[in-house]
Amino acid sequence: MAKFQSLQEAVRDNLRDGDIVAFEGFTHLIPHAAAHEAIRQGRKDLTLIRMTPDIIYDQMIGMGLVKKVVFSYAGNPGVGLLRRMRDAIENGWPRAIETVEHSHAAMANAYEAGASGLPCAVFRGYRGAGLKDVNPEIRSVTCPFTGEELAAVPAHRPDVAFIHAQKASSRGDVLIEGIIGVQKEAVLASKRAVVTVEEIVNDFDDLHPNLCVLPHWTITSIVHVPGGAHPSYTHGYYERDNAAYLEWDKVSADRDLFMQWMKTNVLEAGPEAFAERVKGL
Amino acid sequence: MATITDFTPNEMMTIAASRALSNDDVCFVGIGAPSAACNVARLTHAPDITLIYESGTIGTAPNVLPLSIGDGELCETALTTVSVPEMFRYWLQGGRISIGFLGAAQLDRFGNINTTVIGDYHKPKVRLPGGGGAPEIATSCKEVFITMKQATRGMVETIDFYTSFGHGDGGDHRQRLGITTKGPTLLITDLALWKPDPETKEFTVISMHPGVTREQVQDTCGWKVRFSERVEETPPPTELELTTLRELQARTERAHGGKKGR
Repeated sequence: MAKFQSLQEAVRDNLRDGDIVAFEGFTHLIPHAAAHEAIRQGRKDLTLIRMTPDIIYDQMIGMGLVKKVVFSYAGNPGVGLLRRMRDAIENGWPRAIETVEHSHAAMANAYEAGASGLPCAVFRGYRGAGLKDVNPEIRSVTCPFTGEELAAVPAHRPDVAFIHAQKASSRGDVLIEGIIGVQKEAVLASKRAVVTVEEIVNDFDDLHPNLCVLPHWTITSIVHVPGGAHPSYTHGYYERDNAAYLEWDKVSADRDLFMQWMKTNVLEAGPEAFAERVKGL
Repeated sequence: MATITDFTPNEMMTIAASRALSNDDVCFVGIGAPSAACNVARLTHAPDITLIYESGTIGTAPNVLPLSIGDGELCETALTTVSVPEMFRYWLQGGRISIGFLGAAQLDRFGNINTTVIGDYHKPKVRLPGGGGAPEIATSCKEVFITMKQATRGMVETIDFYTSFGHGDGGDHRQRLGITTKGPTLLITDLALWKPDPETKEFTVISMHPGVTREQVQDTCGWKVRFSERVEETPPPTELELTTLRELQARTERAHGGKKGR
């Protein structure tokens, strides 16, 4: 049953050292505010799952929270590379990290398998691809009916998922609109789920019957954080802050500049700063 | 339609790529150069082309080029937007996509692509973003188009990592791995159009863009270039094509605050 909490309480109660955690969002609805709270609380030895690790994983890796990343595309979307993640992989700064690399199809299928309660995902993939030679978790099964060899990867079963959404009802049901990514699957695959939302409304009585809604009994904690996806965007609320993504390329290029930026904008700021950041977007 | 002589190699590349697409195509679009080409096609000769981006947007018609694969513009102009698992399972794996349009950091003569690492995988010299959707786009779309600017560091004798499979070592390598789709059928660079040899599957120059010499094509390519017996000259951009591309880029620049993505 969903609890309404402050962001500090929700992260404190749901994210532990050593957890396997997915902060999901596919360019849209990336839970920046929640990731910043995890950094402020200084969680350690996290295994991060994400199809498209971007700025928030760069920040968590650069601040030393992370021991392992499971991913399929690690880039600053539309800009270039993730410089803190590269520094960790190439130079072990601030600590060495382990990487487990997949394709998007494999990651999406692994979340779906997790949500479906299956131990693994089966799909037609990785044919001729080099990843199956460097990732021992990519295996194959033979179809018992046709004999076709198919790829198999273990299901994702995170300890906790963090997502950002447009609305929660007063009961704690959650509405996600626009590019919905893998958030529904990530929530249903996880033991616990924390959702930050733009707005809390009385009820969902007038909604179209086929919208993407997560019932309150699939959610552990709801937090009201207007602007909580910034510099990502929330469809219907504010647009993507493209300039911030370009700025991140410069900030993340230098260790000292990065640490200074994190101190000012994350360690010494709070979730209430996000509403201000999306004004005018 | 009047033709123009004042255009850049990049503009020629995008326009030549756009011409390869037809109205009936269902195209899985990569970000960057493929995205520009696909939208020029849609705005000129292929108004009904279905453009799909891996963020789940089907039948999108963006007024400006997206900076990322999941821009709001893509969703707002799409016929429908599905989840990412549905995109990869029903639409890509299900065989609904006719053309996958990819860019490349490193490419070899058989259309194998590397966007994962430069150097050894476990001790990379440069860690690139990785494959994203490309490994399965390369094998599940009916055919694959590749577009990239020519440079010896990009078009190499041997790629450092097989992110997505083209024709492997050439010949029938795809069939031997049980892959039933055609794989790379066209390479569009800033200098030339290339098609795989029907037997060996090695990319062969079939057309050079106006004013380009064989030496230029060879000097910017890391393998010994094969030229088709008959090499055509790519028709220069028409006024409509060039105006459409430039207006699209100008709108994009305004929309993204004067800043463009890669």
